[in-house]
Amino acid sequence: MTPSSAEARKAWIATLAKAPPARLADLMPSLPPHDLLRAPEVGAVMVRGRTGGTGAAFNLGEMTVTRCSVRLGSGPVGHAWVQGRDKDHARRAAVIDALMQTDAAADLAARVIAPLQAEAEARRAARAAKAAGTKVEFFTMVRGEDN
Amino acid sequence: MYVAVKGGERAIDNAHQWLAEERRGDLAVPELTIPQIREQMKLAVNRVMAEGSLYDPDLAALAIKQARGDLIEAVFLIRAYRTTLPRLAASRPVATGAMAVDRRISATFKDLPGGQVLGPTFDYTHRLLDFALMAEGEPPTGAAPLSPIPFPPGGGEAPGPAAPPDAASDAPPSPRVGEGWGGGAPRLPHVTGFLNRDGLIETAEASDRTPPDLTREPMELPADRALRLQALARGDEGFVLGLAYSTQRGYGRTHAFVGELRIGTVAVEVEIPELGFAVEIGEIELTECETVNQFKGSRTEPPQFTRGYGLVMGQSERKAIAMSLVDRALRWQELGEDFTGAPAQDEEFVLMHCDNIQATGFLEHIKLPHYVDFQAELELVRKLRAEAAALREAAE
Repeated sequence: MTPSSAEARKAWIATLAKAPPARLADLMPSLPPHDLLRAPEVGAVMVRGRTGGTGAAFNLGEMTVTRCSVRLGSGPVGHAWVQGRDKDHARRAAVIDALMQTDAAADLAARVIAPLQAEAEARRAARAAKAAGTKVEFFTMVRGEDN
Repeated sequence: MYVAVKGGERAIDNAHQWLAEERRGDLAVPELTIPQIREQMKLAVNRVMAEGSLYDPDLAALAIKQARGDLIEAVFLIRAYRTTLPRLAASRPVATGAMAVDRRISATFKDLPGGQVLGPTFDYTHRLLDFALMAEGEPPTGAAPLSPIPFPPGGGEAPGPAAPPDAASDAPPSPRVGEGWGGGAPRLPHVTGFLNRDGLIETAEASDRTPPDLTREPMELPADRALRLQALARGDEGFVLGLAYSTQRGYGRTHAFVGELRIGTVAVEVEIPELGFAVEIGEIELTECETVNQFKGSRTEPPQFTRGYGLVMGQSERKAIAMSLVDRALRWQELGEDFTGAPAQDEEFVLMHCDNIQATGFLEHIKLPHYVDFQAELELVRKLRAEAAALREAAE
């Protein structure tokens, strides 16, 4: 896989993982036939932080994660690791990852990935706007004579 | 001697059935749903996730419901569930500098780049009961959002991007409000980052050495800082708060300022073996606190500020601030400070007692049957009393 296609795959995998499961199911209600290489499995990932934000790594605590791997009849293999315990979410994300490596990619990118990205960006922007509304603007009072 | 060790099954079954009824409460009141708890008791959910050491808001909400709102019992349920999960991987260290912040304040720099962002805070509320919340009906969130205060006041042109601080200058960095270091991604620099540039504060050198994990190996003392931070991050908020407060009152004083407190979401990135590269698998909310503490110098180092660090799952700033104070107090040896015997400086005292599940387990076990132990004590007291009485009689 070329570096640029790896970057593109990273991006769609992240989008699928972070998508609200119900929304992903709305956009992709039915899945093509596929074999489960690894049935959806719920587990934990240890989340690490860095001392002082930039220093040595330490273990902060775990988060729940579900992973799944599938193979389409035509050959491509798809993988998913998604936050939470929703097995359907992991399976759907893995199938879409596999389909994104086929001729269906352009259609899926437009029909599933792009709307998910736009919605995530809208959520982020809405929250950022709320935060910006709470930014303090100080009014400076000039006191005394400075010359 | 034998005592009855069986029996009570019926009593236990009935007790549990009654517990379920009490959990539900008055049937005329609608039952709480998990989404209601997750959305409306969010800070309780956050605390259960942080101390349960498992980020999963739905499970934490379920635990709170099952535990009837007893948060330590809920943490216990989460810890028990956690042990059933296979560990699939460890994440890359989260990048808090790239956090999408809801709140970000500094008590040391008024005009820090990116500004003081208050976020959804209890600060500046009057702590008066709001009886409007008791009334049925829609909350006032449907109202139009308040617009930010226009800047500069009275209109005119907004200030341009601030220039990065001049390392050669003596003046403290004090860029204008609002624009960060000029363009680029919406990354908010850490306050300690620009103190670092001037060498005024100790640096935290990046290292990707695999940190120790107290959930895998029993904690050994002395612990390194990574292990201490793990223990504090999952430690009881009340205990860590009390210790932090004790340092402020003089038991291991460290003169802390909140250099920066930030709350927001970060992406969690994991190296996926089957893919051969790292991908973002989700987002979590974190609270991070960095303190700037009294300076010290030594023969080899010029005087500079030192740092304490707190990082907690969810929105939990009391815990994050407390954690950073206790982290700093525990660093006395590394920084060449005196051990004053203060509890917050005593690594064993802090680390062995900050876990509320360990503490609850040992504390509450004394309510369980100790009939044989107690029978032995009873026999002993009777014997001693008989001997004492015999001695008295002999003396008379």
